[in-house]
Amino acid sequence: MRGQVVVRLREEVLDPQGVTIAKALDNLGYEGVGALRQGKVFDVELDTTDPEAARTALEKMAKDLLANPVTENYEIHLLDDDAGEGTA
Amino acid sequence: MRVGVVYYPGSNCEQDAVHACRLVGLEAELVWHKQESIEGCDALIIAGGFSYGDYLRCGAIAQFSPVMKHVERFAADGHPILGICNGFQILVEMGLLPGALLANDGLKFRCQDTRLRVERTNSPFTNACNEGQILRLNMAHYEGNYFADAETMAEIEANDQIVMRFCGPDGERGAEHNPNGSMDDIAALRNEAGNVMGLMPHPERMLNAELGSADGRFMFESLRDALGGEAATDLEPAGISADV
Repeated sequence: MRGQVVVRLREEVLDPQGVTIAKALDNLGYEGVGALRQGKVFDVELDTTDPEAARTALEKMAKDLLANPVTENYEIHLLDDDAGEGTA
Repeated sequence: MRVGVVYYPGSNCEQDAVHACRLVGLEAELVWHKQESIEGCDALIIAGGFSYGDYLRCGAIAQFSPVMKHVERFAADGHPILGICNGFQILVEMGLLPGALLANDGLKFRCQDTRLRVERTNSPFTNACNEGQILRLNMAHYEGNYFADAETMAEIEANDQIVMRFCGPDGERGAEHNPNGSMDDIAALRNEAGNVMGLMPHPERMLNAELGSADGRFMFESLRDALGGEAATDLEPAGISADV
């Protein structure tokens, strides 16, 4: 099955790229854009078909490598290929 | 006294670090990241550059290279380890130094000379300096903006871990003298025990006044003195491309 890890900078960490992108949207005339945060998405194919095993593996990957806990948070999503994207 | 200079695919300052060590009378050898032994080394330098192309986060992949578990043990045993630029980023990713290094606050890769005020001289990398001495060193990085949460910053202060700060010509502090936005103007940071230190600017690039500054020598001379080594009898190298 497929899983997804979304990594974002923690709230208290300044995200200058996000600020710059928000400013660019404002310059383009998009009104009403508030705070904007940039993040990273990792789509991971896993051998397992067990959602719990997949979640555990992705959690470990996020902690070990994909996110830096000093500056980043992460979310795990399991992607169900048959029923489209879902969050488990 | 032998210094091992650890390097990775994408490192590009390892030869300069070897050259700098030899210039002040230290023996030095390159240590490839896949080596399983660092036997015979009395100190280590983690070289600068762009290990693994800075993929994921700077230093994130390099921390898992085979040699790094030996580096961890070397640190725990109290031996001196200096991380320069990408080497600093790797030590932070490994957790040998606290905090993290974010994109520079101006979102620019900045290659320029910087001034660093030596705050502490009780370090294997600054013992040949005077307190308050200003070193002129070059920096060249995009992710050198030191960050730590409030709790960690308090610990860093309490444990006396700030070895150098960015400063102006007279040692004064201020945002205009801080080239990357680092918290508290931190330029060089050590671990609690004091044997592991990282900095973003490059002492190994500043060894000859003719090339801008020789202030980098102070740090390598400090390391030599800390290891009990003798000064080189011939202080001038054979040439910039000395055989390494």
